[in-house]
Amino acid sequence: MNFEGRKYVLIAAVLAIALIFVLRLFWIQVVDDQWKASAASMAERKITDYPARGFIYDRKGRLLVANTPVYDLMVVPREVKDFDTAAFAALISVPVEELKLRMTAARKYSIHKPSVIEKQITAEQFAAISVHLHSYAGVYGQSRTLRTYPPRVGGHMLGYLSEVDARKVAADPYYKAGDVIGVGGLEQYYEEQLRGRRGVRYVLVDVHNNIKGSFKEGRYDTLAVEGKDLHTGIDLDMQRLGEQLMQHKKGSIVALDPKTGEVLCLVSSPAYDPELLVGRVRNTNYGILQRDSIKPLFDRALQAQYPPGSIFKLVQSLVALDEGVINVNTSFACNKSLVGCHNHPTATSIEQAIQFSCNPYFYHVFDRIVERKLDKKSRFRDAALGLGEWEHRVRSFGLGEKPKIDLPSLKGGNIPGPAYYNRKYGEGRWAFSTIYSVSIGQGEVLTVPIQMANLAAIFANKGWYYDPHVVRAVGHPDSVQARYREKHIVEAAPQWFDHIQEGMRRVVAEAGGTARRARIEGITVCGKTGTAENPHGEDHAVFVCFAPMEDPQIAMAVYVENSGAGGRWAAPIASVLIEQYLTDTITRPEVVKELIETDLIAKEKFFRKKPKKPRRR
Amino acid sequence: MSARENVAANLDRPLLVMYLVLLFAGWANIYSAAYDPDHAGIFDLDKEYGKQAVWMAISLTLGSAILLVRGHLFRDWANGIYAVVIALLALVLLIGKEVNGAKAWFGVGSFGIQPAEFAKYATALALTRYLSGLKALIDFRSRVISTAIILFPVALIMLQPDTGTALVSGAFILVLYREGLSGNVLLLAILAAFLSILSLILKESSFDLPFTDRPLSGPLFLLMVIGLIAALAWLVVRNMVIKRLRKRLYGYIVVGVVSSAVFIGGVDYAFEKVLAQHQRDRILVMLGQMEDPQGLGYNVKQSQTAIGSGGFSGKGYLDGTLTKFKYVPMQSTDFIFCTVGEEWGFLGTAAVVILFTVLILRIIQISDRQRSRFTRIYAYCVASIFFLHLMINVGMTIGLAPVIGIPLPFFSYGGSSMIGFTLLLGTLIRLDAERLSQLR
Ligand SMILES: [Zn+2]
Repeated sequence: MNFEGRKYVLIAAVLAIALIFVLRLFWIQVVDDQWKASAASMAERKITDYPARGFIYDRKGRLLVANTPVYDLMVVPREVKDFDTAAFAALISVPVEELKLRMTAARKYSIHKPSVIEKQITAEQFAAISVHLHSYAGVYGQSRTLRTYPPRVGGHMLGYLSEVDARKVAADPYYKAGDVIGVGGLEQYYEEQLRGRRGVRYVLVDVHNNIKGSFKEGRYDTLAVEGKDLHTGIDLDMQRLGEQLMQHKKGSIVALDPKTGEVLCLVSSPAYDPELLVGRVRNTNYGILQRDSIKPLFDRALQAQYPPGSIFKLVQSLVALDEGVINVNTSFACNKSLVGCHNHPTATSIEQAIQFSCNPYFYHVFDRIVERKLDKKSRFRDAALGLGEWEHRVRSFGLGEKPKIDLPSLKGGNIPGPAYYNRKYGEGRWAFSTIYSVSIGQGEVLTVPIQMANLAAIFANKGWYYDPHVVRAVGHPDSVQARYREKHIVEAAPQWFDHIQEGMRRVVAEAGGTARRARIEGITVCGKTGTAENPHGEDHAVFVCFAPMEDPQIAMAVYVENSGAGGRWAAPIASVLIEQYLTDTITRPEVVKELIETDLIAKEKFFRKKPKKPRRR
Repeated sequence: MSARENVAANLDRPLLVMYLVLLFAGWANIYSAAYDPDHAGIFDLDKEYGKQAVWMAISLTLGSAILLVRGHLFRDWANGIYAVVIALLALVLLIGKEVNGAKAWFGVGSFGIQPAEFAKYATALALTRYLSGLKALIDFRSRVISTAIILFPVALIMLQPDTGTALVSGAFILVLYREGLSGNVLLLAILAAFLSILSLILKESSFDLPFTDRPLSGPLFLLMVIGLIAALAWLVVRNMVIKRLRKRLYGYIVVGVVSSAVFIGGVDYAFEKVLAQHQRDRILVMLGQMEDPQGLGYNVKQSQTAIGSGGFSGKGYLDGTLTKFKYVPMQSTDFIFCTVGEEWGFLGTAAVVILFTVLILRIIQISDRQRSRFTRIYAYCVASIFFLHLMINVGMTIGLAPVIGIPLPFFSYGGSSMIGFTLLLGTLIRLDAERLSQLR
């Protein structure tokens, strides 16, 4: 039998089904409006809820960072009808050509999905625009928030917000292009706590984008989690005064509460107005600040490494006393052939050595620390042993490693131990004579200002410290961060600190002390000046202090670059700030005025381009 | 080498091109269905399109490899392949991974293999081999054997249970018909389908027995109507048919009534006892017996809404809004056609339907030009399988067929199905390429 003809049954069936399908599709998709209406009435939208970013407060509950609403103008190209481009361009003050380009780009991206045509319009401007929006179908405003800095201080410490870069988007699935992220400072360090967690809702909307209810009872929704507030230990008055005092100067101020390790003020100068890095002007201003020759973006308080200078003599004294290589009444002659010094009576006690800051004295002290005759055969090996013990003790003061402060990108300074010199000169090729400049805090020793402030706290506490930190509590003001409640004890017995403190008191209080300008009526200030050698110009001045001596409330380090001796500018600045913090008053307005007006970088500022002032809200 | 034996020169270009077009169009469509504008990386293996790209690479490799296999080997290995797939189907029941209530998967990491998707390939080969050895499918014994070849894997797949995939084997009825199965069988099948649909439609209704108040259930009512028709036919036969034929026609009427009664009872029993609740619901929805837009008809309504919203020219690639965010159920597998409809509109859906139609017609044409009986029957199997998939899958998304979970070839997400169809087509292209040199 031949069934050849039967193949036509299949062919006929295939053609019939194809025809039926095409007709049916034509009906559903082209003729019948029922399905389009159904689609419009049931369209589902994904709505992202951006939780408000947490605020940042000072120690008295005053706002350092808050949020302010702005609006983005969005366009859905398909919904645009009878669009008067010229009028609209005038309304939002954008050139017509530019607007046309943006509309083209929006259409190119998607005709169904909204695109931004103008970003970050202030609330006032948007109020003026929004009354006209009804005549521009397909355009609507979408609210967002920007950061605002009511006191306009602490730019370095607070950081700023920027759009995430592609690398971050690829690395962290939480972020998508266009999201903002904290950059630098607390905004970066506490990004996860501040931002909270974005929520997603699926809702049903009608043709007019009105929400008609949640989709499937919110089965696919995730709740947004509010960003947490940061409660810092910053004293706003002091921070503000500190920035004023430091204006027209390069340098930094770090003040700590020695009892808790909380940062009271953190000034890096030249500073910048944090409002400069908000919103539409951010990119322009960032470029200008970045190219500025006086480097306003550089956070000197955390990243500038200086030799500690004479202040290191305090650490040397403590190590030597604790090791027993000197006692409190050890006397060394001021032999200027060993190392330079100024004219002063011979120091017959450790207090006097500190008071006079005698260089040859500490040459001998460090000599005894390093050459302890622990190895009698080789002075090289002896030096390595002595220096090894010294390094261990000095590091216990929080030097030579990055502080555990809650801020990103900081430097750790350098404490050169045997390993360091072995790398530099080769093992057995260095001895005390090679490294003696370390004795007076020069040479390879480097510290950052925050470490110096912590050093002041250690002197104040007689031998212990908490890690310096800006944020006391995250979320609730009482939820103190546990990791900053770990006490560090340094390798020097408390009794030796009495002598150090006495020496520091004399530096400020006694005739011939180098920091007489730090005196405050009725408050015992302990301090020590230092000079960080600067091969490129005039030396940098340092002043480290704490007060009051009887019950220290504040410990501070003040750096003023290219200002010569520490007593001239750094000491009075510290004194004004201490008075402000302890008594909340300024009794020497003429001193404050002089300090504020002193311009140590006038020459450098001459050719600078000014950043664009942000529009005030 | 003569042109006759040059296999490469005889590869069917139109078929190859259509295969590649379907493969890449299918992937582009999956990409859109699973597209997440926030994270758009093409080869993200966490995403369906990333995995599908891997499956595509595997399919292309396998497809190329199969073109190198000498044609007669398919015939030689047909039963072996069949046996292996049967073994896999049995094995998956024992050690398979249960997904959505069906034990149908072998899991390899985040990739899964579904042996049922290879059953149609194996069955096609084994059936072809058996049928090509016959002159025609006319005696009882050969009908039983060929039915057994078809039903053996079907039974194993039903045990998973995966009704949709099992139903695809219905395509082989077309092959049997082509090879000589009586047209009456096809007619009977259609009649049976008609009867069962009718009895299911009437199932939920009840009728009052005429002249009384006694209610009568739907199937009984149907039987009564059939009885009335039979009585009418009896009268017609008695009065209007010559005596010589009457006895035989009476026989037909009796057999017809009795078998109808048994069949209706059988359908009722099968419906209540064999099918699961969700299958019962699907059938009822499909028959228009349950009208509930947010409930059971939901899938079909959502899918038609998505397709309908595409309009004439669609919303544009990646711009579909309904076929994202889980609005359409199973949007990247069974209902992938919705994405085509929403984003490419009528132009896209018509193009896909026409492309598949041309593909099937081309395969029938290829079947026609074979001297080898094996290749001819095999090609017919392939055409029938593609036809059934097209008919059911597209039919269900536009509300013309019940919701039966079978994939749209190369469009639905899933590696096993893609490999299965690649094997089907690859084998055909290789066999066809030898049409001038081989005679089997
Ligand atoms: Zn001296």
